Amino acid sequence: MKIKEKIIEMLLGFCAFITVLTTFGIVYILFSESYRFFKEVSIVRFITDKEWTPLFADKQYGIMALLSGTLLTSAIAMVVALPLGIIIAVYLNEYAHKTVRNYLKPVLEILAAIPTVVYGFFALMVVTPFLKLLFPEISGFNALSAGLVMGVMIIPLVSSLSEDALYAVPKSLREASYGMGATKFQTSFRVLVPAASSGIIVSFILAISRAVGETMIVAIAAGQQPRLTANPLVPIETITTYIVQVSSGDVVNGSVEYRTIFAAGITLFIFTFLLNNVSHFVRKRFKQQYE
Amino acid sequence: MTNEKNIAIEAKNVNVYYGTKHVLKDINIAIEKNSVVAFIGPSGCGKSTFIRCFNRMNDFIESFRKEGDIIINNKEIYDRSIQVEELRKEVGMVFQKPNPFPKTIFENVVYGLRIQGENNKKTLRETAEKCLRDAALWDEVKDDLNKSALELSGGQQQRLCIARTLAVKPSIILMDEPASALDPISTSKIEDLITVLKKDYTIVIVTHNMQQAARVSDKTAFFYLGDMVEFEKTQTLFTNPQKELTQNYITGRFG
Repeated sequence: MKIKEKIIEMLLGFCAFITVLTTFGIVYILFSESYRFFKEVSIVRFITDKEWTPLFADKQYGIMALLSGTLLTSAIAMVVALPLGIIIAVYLNEYAHKTVRNYLKPVLEILAAIPTVVYGFFALMVVTPFLKLLFPEISGFNALSAGLVMGVMIIPLVSSLSEDALYAVPKSLREASYGMGATKFQTSFRVLVPAASSGIIVSFILAISRAVGETMIVAIAAGQQPRLTANPLVPIETITTYIVQVSSGDVVNGSVEYRTIFAAGITLFIFTFLLNNVSHFVRKRFKQQYE
Repeated sequence: MTNEKNIAIEAKNVNVYYGTKHVLKDINIAIEKNSVVAFIGPSGCGKSTFIRCFNRMNDFIESFRKEGDIIINNKEIYDRSIQVEELRKEVGMVFQKPNPFPKTIFENVVYGLRIQGENNKKTLRETAEKCLRDAALWDEVKDDLNKSALELSGGQQQRLCIARTLAVKPSIILMDEPASALDPISTSKIEDLITVLKKDYTIVIVTHNMQQAARVSDKTAFFYLGDMVEFEKTQTLFTNPQKELTQNYITGRFG
């Protein structure tokens, strides 16, 4: 009996171990391939070059050209997702009648369940033509359309995490505010949102992390032209798009061109890794606050 | 509708239901201005529900339904013409558990002014000092106004909540078991405060503690299973109750 229990424990432990192993495997490959890349291309060039053209004859390795694309689309997405996410969370938490809430929440969750390839297509075929009416000079591929659609996709992430945070604010604080004659709006934005700020910040960070790592929408709608720009109306390329482009192309395994995707990948990894750690840190402080 | 001159709150034939549950049965009461009235009775007797009718905190309960009239300042407070925010500025409330906002001590006291659009620094400072003094907390916190209110002790937090309520300048203060979460010393400070505040405010206090009711109140109402069994001068109610039910409760035969 004891041996049987031991075997079961080991089997279960092995399953958990697989995920750890996978993570370490990926990190190992990322680091070792990037290391080889940086032996051929200096980190200084990687950071200071203004263009990213490793697949052309005149090779340039300026990651900033890709990173700017990632940051631009992410920033546009955040401009959409953060305010709307919070407003929806406040509405659901404080204003919406129970029945409205019961219908609205599942609909919001559907937004999160739509495959990103569909969003990408929607951005390219619907949103961009519409934007053309407002900005006639806009290109067929652009950061604005991709960013806006990505923002809509991220709304449910922000709203549902923020709503959880608002819901966790003790009922006694709401009563205190209403008891002094505050309106719903005042109670929401002067008491509840500040009291839930840590949880809301966590939702923001996870949203940024999601936007930075998003691939399909930007690959379809934002273009494949690495460009160090803040202009949202022209084609750009994000880090993720570049990785897709090279992975699905025909670069020689083991060449510098091939290793660029690991250098790009590790840049992305460092970003999301830092963001996730910050959110973890904020969440831990949040817990202490209410203990 | 009008109140008699010296009456702050008047309830006429008030019935309250939660869904089909009849929680307050035909209550009639008149609470005099500048007096302290205590509501006592066993858990579930409806005393908290009743006090929460006076500032309409029951509005948040969907199944809540009220019949009869509650008249404050010559108006039936559930009337359509009443703005509930205005009512709650007139009828302040101190809750069972101290519930300061996770803000500084200063911002807690001036919250009621801020939501009314008052941002004049001098006015805010003066009000904060006056209300903290009135709540007998000033000397303990005057050097720490920018510290988080959550760092105060439970008793200090509750006095802060009283100061916060005073800042809105209500004429009536409702207290829902304000000392039940506090230690005996903090409790006696709150009780002293109540007797001082009586000069300027009408106070209705719900309490489980009969000694407390006897110490602080002028009149006491005894509630049992949704009925108001007896409403008398506190001294009379505790020494010479008219009803047997009251007698049994105050002598501790049930409760």
